[in-house]
Amino acid sequence: MRYLLLLVAVLGVSCRGAAADRRPLAVAAAANLKPALEDLERAFEESRPDVDVRVTYGASGAFFAQIESGAPLDLFFSADREYPRRLVAAGLAKEEVVYAIGRLALWVPRGSPLDVERRGLAALADPAVRKVAIANPAVAPYGRAAEVALRAAGVLDAVTPKLVLGASVAQAAQFAGSGAADAALVPLSLASSPALAAGRSVPVPDTLHPPIEQSAVVLEAARAPGLARDLLAFVCGAEGRRILARHRYALP
Amino acid sequence: MDLEALRLSLWLATLTTLVLVVLGVPLAQWLTTTRSRLRLLVEAVVALPIVLPPTVLGFYLLVGLGPRSPAGRAFDALVGHPFPFSFAGLLVASVLYSLPFAVQPFAAALAGVDRRLVEASYTLGASPIATFVRVTLPLAWHGVLAGAVLAFAHTLGEFGVVLMVGGNVRGETRTLSIALFEQVEALDYAAANRTAALLLAASFAVLVAVYALQGRRSPRWNGR
Repeated sequence: MRYLLLLVAVLGVSCRGAAADRRPLAVAAAANLKPALEDLERAFEESRPDVDVRVTYGASGAFFAQIESGAPLDLFFSADREYPRRLVAAGLAKEEVVYAIGRLALWVPRGSPLDVERRGLAALADPAVRKVAIANPAVAPYGRAAEVALRAAGVLDAVTPKLVLGASVAQAAQFAGSGAADAALVPLSLASSPALAAGRSVPVPDTLHPPIEQSAVVLEAARAPGLARDLLAFVCGAEGRRILARHRYALP
Repeated sequence: MDLEALRLSLWLATLTTLVLVVLGVPLAQWLTTTRSRLRLLVEAVVALPIVLPPTVLGFYLLVGLGPRSPAGRAFDALVGHPFPFSFAGLLVASVLYSLPFAVQPFAAALAGVDRRLVEASYTLGASPIATFVRVTLPLAWHGVLAGAVLAFAHTLGEFGVVLMVGGNVRGETRTLSIALFEQVEALDYAAANRTAALLLAASFAVLVAVYALQGRRSPRWNGR
């Protein structure tokens, strides 16, 4: 019993030590943003040591549903403009701000014999390709863009029986990265992330799908609305744009 | 209503249950009778899916049985297609995932069989297999049935493993719980409600069946 109390005391002190008076900022972000937002978060916290940014990554649609049910979030980075627009329409946010324009990449594992560099999406019609991973178009903007691009490239009918759907772009990347799928259409921002390091990718031409405009909203229910606006301004500012460009987003 | 997903879920649960009865009953019998020191290890492995988050199990299966692993290549050679994103792959994953829910009730029921009856059968000259089929199993059938029903229900509601290795392919790996997840994520709450009600009703029916069976088996303490 005495040891238990000691343990509780130690844990309590260490928890308090970690929080150290930094003000928390609760952020939800689409999974395609993970590599970029991690850099953005680091840079922002360097200039604002008083702020503790806490980011949750997931599917935009899932966050939308959570926000509608009153999730305690300050700032939401979506993978499209549709969900933020609906939040504004529902009175849960004031205005949406486009912070980046996403692009798609065609990714194949390193040893893949597919000549994606020259043939592009047409290579996916090859019978050697058995499974192609994309994010679920029913829930993920990048999944919808992938479908549009496949149709524009004239291979959708050939590829549809090979499609496997990830619950988010992160899962589509994981299907490909683990070698379970032979190819994947993922955000260009993820194509060079650690999960997909064991492969090579080519950008899908912008002409094949409409631009994936991504917008963010400061939520009306935010507990730290000032901090949320500061972070959003940082992301849209010069340094933020530099970081986003480095992660291969196009800029608004 | 997504009848294709319902049909797929029921078919997957049925096949998983059959496989689990065929493999699980001998395994449970071995667990209850063996004196081997391996028993502890095997028991722990069987119980692992209760402790492991289904997504973790699914991730290990995806990597361990994926096209890059020797086991995955063996699966491909045997079945003719890779393990992930296929119905056969889901079946393997479901059997592993529901293993404890079948084997533990099986083992409990088999262990409850009166040892003296088994020994009497031996003294009358019946072989171990004949004794098992004609004495042990008939005495333990309530438990075997309860384990089978639990395995069926557990597979019906399976989500994390299917999410990780299934890939949401229509008519192949898009089970009822995956369809439900997609409907919720796509904010189609009306469809999600119908799917959820269906799952709820099926699960409830199965649980009532299990408790009815167990009620008949359990001893009455007061009066007879």
